[in-house]
Amino acid sequence: MTETPLIVTKDLKKIYPMGLTKLEALAGVNLTFFKGEFAGLVGPSGSGKTTLLNILGSLDVPSEGSALVMGRAIESLSHKEAARLRNRHIGFIFQTFNLLPVYSVYENVEFALLLLGDPPAERRRKVMAALEWVHLADRARSRPAQLSGGESQRVAIARAVVKRPDLVLADEPTANLDAENSHNILRTMESLNRELGTTFLFATHDPKVMQYLRRKITLVDGRVAADEIVEPAGESPGARP
Amino acid sequence: MTILKLAVKNLLGAGLRTWLNVFVLSLSFVLIIFSRGLIQGMNMQAEEAMIASEVGGGHFQHPAYDPYDPLTLADAHGPLPAPLAALAASGQAAPVLVIQGTIYPEGRLFAVLVKGIDPGQTILNIPTSFLARDPAPAPPDTSEIPVLIGTRLAKLTGLRKGDSFTLQWRDARGTFDALDATVVEVFSTTVQTVDSGQIWVPLDRLREMTGLPGEATFAVLAPETAVTPSPGGWVFRSPDDFLADLRSMVSAKTIGSSIMSVIFLSLAMLAIFDTQVLSIFRRRREIGTLIALGFTRTKVIALFTVEGFLTGVLAALLAAVYGTPLLAWVARTGWAMPADVDSFGFAIGERLFPAYSAGLVAGTTFLVLLATTVISFIPTRRIAKLKPTDALRGRTP
Repeated sequence: MTETPLIVTKDLKKIYPMGLTKLEALAGVNLTFFKGEFAGLVGPSGSGKTTLLNILGSLDVPSEGSALVMGRAIESLSHKEAARLRNRHIGFIFQTFNLLPVYSVYENVEFALLLLGDPPAERRRKVMAALEWVHLADRARSRPAQLSGGESQRVAIARAVVKRPDLVLADEPTANLDAENSHNILRTMESLNRELGTTFLFATHDPKVMQYLRRKITLVDGRVAADEIVEPAGESPGARP
Repeated sequence: MTILKLAVKNLLGAGLRTWLNVFVLSLSFVLIIFSRGLIQGMNMQAEEAMIASEVGGGHFQHPAYDPYDPLTLADAHGPLPAPLAALAASGQAAPVLVIQGTIYPEGRLFAVLVKGIDPGQTILNIPTSFLARDPAPAPPDTSEIPVLIGTRLAKLTGLRKGDSFTLQWRDARGTFDALDATVVEVFSTTVQTVDSGQIWVPLDRLREMTGLPGEATFAVLAPETAVTPSPGGWVFRSPDDFLADLRSMVSAKTIGSSIMSVIFLSLAMLAIFDTQVLSIFRRRREIGTLIALGFTRTKVIALFTVEGFLTGVLAALLAAVYGTPLLAWVARTGWAMPADVDSFGFAIGERLFPAYSAGLVAGTTFLVLLATTVISFIPTRRIAKLKPTDALRGRTP
């Protein structure tokens, strides 16, 4: 029996008008991702990583081609359908954490569940479990302003995975973190990927992230230059901290 | 429900920014309610004063009487129709005879209306009992005429209590007569129409002076007196007829007050609008995050609009906290009027007592909440144009 792909892109293009000219951010991307992958889009700045991630997260629409995410064609989703897809199936982790500043850690994580309409007791159980995964249960009452960068990103991870999404999209999740915190949060995501089976897709040019990837897709000028299965450096003893 | 909870959190989380807006808006609440209450109180005071001093329960007027045409006075008198005479006998009506006259205080000439009224009447709030004290008991046709005047006429003519002057009038046969009159009292009233350009004398004395025994120009009914339809052709003018002019004047002043309300409201709305625009600008990344987490743009717009509405609700609560005792105090102690307001044209007391009806408070609250919600909504339309990817990076469209 063949496994159903989680994501399929076909001749995916994204073109931005730039005055009289056009910028082709994605120039015909064909990719397929399956459940449980821990993959990364790598490449230099301007190679189309974030653009592709945004389209897969239904935050943007392709100019041409198609992107099928969990069976839904992104290009034909209404705003409401796209919001529902993000709400139920996709978690986001951003470079700048994007925590809601007036909420506590607990409330930031709970937010995703509020939108799903989970009952309070269920919400509480899930939020505390998510905070346990990222080792922040004791900071539940803290405000984002009271957290370090590493802690903030761990809260963002908890918020992304608390609803047990099928897919987590992480855009440069370690860009604002030091090496130690980067490895901490990457290990956290890796273990969540293994324990929960959540698919993680990164956009990064951080070598630290690349050490953890099991699939590395290199984008250059909006095209897939390489798509390779790699053995994470961590699999070999002493390769990473 | 989620949006409401989030809006409350965002508002409270915004701290000083929220409370500054709430305070400014609450000031608008209080000022609008105060200014409208002042007009409402002024209207009520003026109506009450007019009813007490001039209108009573309405007037039955001689068919020839036109209060706006002094030339009709020569013919505007007649015997009281039987039903009115019965009411007068029982104290439920006060007949008044009006003629034209001239007074000569200190040798100067002033045209006045001479109004004869029963000194024992209790329907109008005019101290007519002073007229019962004849200053010089003597044969009625030669003794000085006791006269009651208001402070406005006293000021105009320089007359004071105890002063005498010559009063000239024409009797029923058209003959000019004159006698000395003495001011027995100067009364103060807010109702100009029972004061300016008129003197009050005892009714029987005036009837005797004019040779019009048992006649009157109009009869003032006691409040709540059952009205007989047009006895003897006399015309009934209800209190509403009398108050129509006052009400139209108050209505004109209400427009002025509304302009003030609009100014107060506009200032508050400007603050709300400004804050909302700034808020959307500053919270672009948050908007993007909300959309990424599953909010639709409509929900984000609703969130910001509800935040604006809740600002209005908080302002209403704050206004209630400090506005209720403040406005109640002003309503109790009144608002001192400058001396020259007497020239405004209707009965204004020395102090105005604002009146705040439930309708006024509810209407103002509704108006402010509606305006706040609409003003909060207008800037949020920008969110509809905001691309989530731009918002997440903190960019604006």
